[in-house]
Amino acid sequence: MASVIEVKELSKKYRISKPEKQADTFAGTILKGLKQPFDNLRQIHGLSQVGEDDESIFWALKDVSFNVNEGEVLGIIGHNGAGKSTLLKILSRITEPTAGEVRIYGRVAALLEVGTGFHPELTGRENVYMNGTILGMTKKEIDRKFDAIVDFSGVEKHLDTVVKFYSSGMKVRLGFAVAAHLEPEVLIIDEVLAVGDAEFQSKCLGKMESVAKNGRTIIFVSHDLGAIQSLCPKSILLHRGLLTHYDNSDVVVSAYLNKSLTSNDAQDFSNRFGNGNIKILAAEITDESGNKLSEVQTGQKFSIQISYASEKYNQLPPFTYFHVFCKSHSGVKLFVLSSKYSISDMISSLNSNGRIRCEVESLPLLPGNYHIDICCKLSEDTEDYVYDALKLNVISGRFPGYSRLPNNTAGSFLIKQSWSSS
Amino acid sequence: MYKELTVIKATRGWRRFDFGELIHYKDLLWFLTVRGIKAKYAQSVLGVLWAFIQPLFSTLVFTLVFGRLAKIDSNGAPYFLFSFVALVPWTFFSNTLTESANSLVANANMISKVYFPRLVLPLSSIFSKGLDFLISFTVLIGFLITYQQVPTWQVIFIPWVILVLLMTSLGIGMILSAMAVQYRDIKHAMTFAVQLLMYAAPVVYPTTNVPESWRTVYAINPMVGVIESFRSVFLNTMPFPFEWMLWATLTSTTLFVFGLFYFRKMERVFADVA
Repeated sequence: MASVIEVKELSKKYRISKPEKQADTFAGTILKGLKQPFDNLRQIHGLSQVGEDDESIFWALKDVSFNVNEGEVLGIIGHNGAGKSTLLKILSRITEPTAGEVRIYGRVAALLEVGTGFHPELTGRENVYMNGTILGMTKKEIDRKFDAIVDFSGVEKHLDTVVKFYSSGMKVRLGFAVAAHLEPEVLIIDEVLAVGDAEFQSKCLGKMESVAKNGRTIIFVSHDLGAIQSLCPKSILLHRGLLTHYDNSDVVVSAYLNKSLTSNDAQDFSNRFGNGNIKILAAEITDESGNKLSEVQTGQKFSIQISYASEKYNQLPPFTYFHVFCKSHSGVKLFVLSSKYSISDMISSLNSNGRIRCEVESLPLLPGNYHIDICCKLSEDTEDYVYDALKLNVISGRFPGYSRLPNNTAGSFLIKQSWSSS
Repeated sequence: MYKELTVIKATRGWRRFDFGELIHYKDLLWFLTVRGIKAKYAQSVLGVLWAFIQPLFSTLVFTLVFGRLAKIDSNGAPYFLFSFVALVPWTFFSNTLTESANSLVANANMISKVYFPRLVLPLSSIFSKGLDFLISFTVLIGFLITYQQVPTWQVIFIPWVILVLLMTSLGIGMILSAMAVQYRDIKHAMTFAVQLLMYAAPVVYPTTNVPESWRTVYAINPMVGVIESFRSVFLNTMPFPFEWMLWATLTSTTLFVFGLFYFRKMERVFADVA
């Protein structure tokens, strides 16, 4: 298969503003005020000058190379500031690279936003033409597709209403309808699916799937790892401007999850009660191989590891149990993982200090932030109870029986399902 | 199968202008122009009537202040017509300057989200002022009929004069819009600069009031040729000022060509600095 997009050693640097020096004397303040316009001039002029390297130079992308074949759907993931948007902006010709080269064969359409150029004072009809021509269509082309666009958007009744009276959902639907009829050979999409309601989102995903099936090439940037995994066979991972992974999406997604080691850090364990005969020292969320996770995907296999210690006991007495309570962000207990109810004989032989782990086969929670309390009990006595011992950040993933995840207004849990007609 | 190839890489220095691309986006230029007109007069009672209210009221004030009080010479024509004839091209010129200088900044969101030839933004903002020009020009013809002024045969040169006016507007508009993206000072300066600039052109006074020895230097300002040609043709104030028009053509062409290249040179950083 022929390459449709060839990206070779692409780099882009930006100049970021340096911290201002503070004047420390009265005369210095006046002098600084007088010099201000000159400093401003140098600074503003410098925005477009990225010649020599100094401390204010920032590489948004550095030597990124990859190829995309015809008909391939490539996902791009990375944390905020990893260079995803910069890469998209270069691919869509909005900004020029500092070095390197991109070759794209075929007509390109980039969707970095839905409804660009919409003017609130124009009607829906006029805005369809406005938006369509901005995206590179000609008037004739839009005339031809107009009915299909209106059909797809579902706003035909309000077509001659001024757009400022539209709801935001209607605007998005109309904007996406225009974009969906672009028929490019290469489609570049950025987070477009983050807008609109659940029904609209599934419509968008469906459209993307059909575009992909028609053999078009798609580059898709998203934070929705579930969508990436189900739409894109292959993905690239950007990290601080560098392309660190280019592989099957499952591999790249797990690399992405391992990269983020900041947000799920243990809480301070200050909010606790209990007699303290057994103390919970630390807890962490890890993946199968013991690597710490900052985020867990819906449906992912993970473990919670708990370190404990006791000064009173040489061996923990029988009937010592550990409970892990998972709470919603509003504090409602959702479920408990507990050694008391689990079919396991682990508890009979616990040392006075050590680590235990609880493995969860598949996390049935929808994306969101959850809190975890950890508790150690000896029969009915609470030895230690730590509120908010862990934060559990769940991000979207795949779950058996679901083609895609429901909106979290539909509840918190996922249950394996299958439907059929009888 | 043949497929168009797009190569994206860093460019340097002055660049060739891609007219083919601009032609591909001609519909966008049209819709942006229409958008500019519709959006401007949306939800206003007088609508497009505003197009000649602006020059008309300026003319009334000028007639009172400069015509009656200061008794400025008007080359024999009624001062009211004398200043209105000048204000028709001048209002177009000054409005296009403020509009185009603002065109890229006001649409920064579009620039950072979609690729299209950036030139359509200042162009459309200038073209959408064309309607205002047409309306006030029609009103001018109405006044000429009322005053029973017959234009001279040099009226055939009016398209040439309007072309020079347009090239000047486009040239300066492209330069200002490209500068304004990076330096917002342009926006602040424009609000009063256009008012002051009016006194650098023969709007309220005739060119014949400028000392003879300075007139050639003065005529480098292309608006001198444009305004005096209008007066000569419609009010028969003087013979058609061919010399000034040649200067005006030269300056406006230079401005236009330089503007085009300057805009093209600056274009590549718009998305980064907007």
